[in-house]
Amino acid sequence: MARLEYLKNVVTLNLDADKCIGCERCAEVCPHGVFTVEDRNARIIDRDLCMECGACQNNCPVEAISVGKGAGCAQAVITGALRGTEPTCDCSNNCCG
Amino acid sequence: MAKEAIREISFITRNGRRIPKVPAELNWADTFGRWKARWAIGRMKYAVEPGIYAVGNPDADSGVYVSANYKMSFDCLRSSLAGRDGWILVLDTKGINVWCAAGKGTFGTQELARRIEETGLSEFVRHRTLVVPQLGAPGVSAHQLKAQSGFSVVYGPVRAQDLPAFLDAGMRATEQMRRVHFPIEDRIVLIPVELVSWGKYVAPVAAVFFFLAGLNPKGYSGALAISAGTQNVLLLLAGFLAAAVFGPVLLPWLPGRSFSVKGLWIGMAMLVLGGLLLGRRIDVLGDSFSVAAWVLMVPALTSFVALNFTGASTYTSLSGVKREVRIAVPIQLACAALGIALWLVGLFV
Repeated sequence: MARLEYLKNVVTLNLDADKCIGCERCAEVCPHGVFTVEDRNARIIDRDLCMECGACQNNCPVEAISVGKGAGCAQAVITGALRGTEPTCDCSNNCCG
Repeated sequence: MAKEAIREISFITRNGRRIPKVPAELNWADTFGRWKARWAIGRMKYAVEPGIYAVGNPDADSGVYVSANYKMSFDCLRSSLAGRDGWILVLDTKGINVWCAAGKGTFGTQELARRIEETGLSEFVRHRTLVVPQLGAPGVSAHQLKAQSGFSVVYGPVRAQDLPAFLDAGMRATEQMRRVHFPIEDRIVLIPVELVSWGKYVAPVAAVFFFLAGLNPKGYSGALAISAGTQNVLLLLAGFLAAAVFGPVLLPWLPGRSFSVKGLWIGMAMLVLGGLLLGRRIDVLGDSFSVAAWVLMVPALTSFVALNFTGASTYTSLSGVKREVRIAVPIQLACAALGIALWLVGLFV
């Protein structure tokens, strides 16, 4: 099957390798295998696979990871734009099943 | 929110607390409820009461498994614990599944710490370990929870069905268990919700096309509404159905990374197919104005419907969707508006 990959060079994920203590939590929680940890140091393998779910940032005990967390949902973005707010997912439609 | 009652419930008592015990086997009512939720029937109210539940005959050393109070999440978890003894700690996620709720933070560190406190969990389990689904990690911070409640988090597999293998391996997940994929069966189960939720908007629009089609330079003709109107409604529905069904099914094979581009191909394919089927009889659509109108409206519609499937997909980022919405939606709107204008002009020439 063809691989499912979203747009290139858009994600906000950043890793400060100097802060990393090699606990491997990021590699554990990432649903898309974005991280690998070698020699007690995390590395981003493929940034374009990141969906900005925020799991890595949330579980990094030394705050070495930053990402603009959010749901990649067009309806939420459009609803937010119409209401003049941040992306608003009320989950009454397609997602969250 | 009204909560779903769980049938076949009994109670056990631990430390003076009455704890509901649920079977690991799902019955016909659970299966029917799942089917209804897939068709968006009462889906936003498909919830169970938050709190602690027992599966099997758990004791102070049995594992604690955390879930959301969307009943489908809860049912997936308890059925994967068949033949085991355990505690299920259900968080109040307002009836939303683990992953979406974690994104919003309702499946989160605060709620988890509060629920541990409220259920008195530390009084009837001796250990201090929670198995949290990996997809709860966007809301849960393991180190913060440890500091707040003393409980350590072990992230379980993405899919509850992998839980038995995870537990049998001594709480170790394989790389495969840690990855979210979006295989065809997962995409197909989302189609009914797509159809129902978009159908609400498509049906009134179709009705408007139907009635307006009766307008003509001489006034209004009911017969024209029935003949031309029906054709227009069929075109609209065909575009919508194609996008809502083939978008999810063909997702990996539709060219392009952008969902609106993927949807555009569906619309283009429909135009080519329509052209081949109708050939020189294309005038059955009416005048060249309405032909041009549908050439603009169909791709705009299929592209928009596909773009909105991003929310149900498992791999799109907010930054990517924002970029796509910024570029694609104005084009889709312009095509649709121009198409509608041409179509209206076509009624009177």
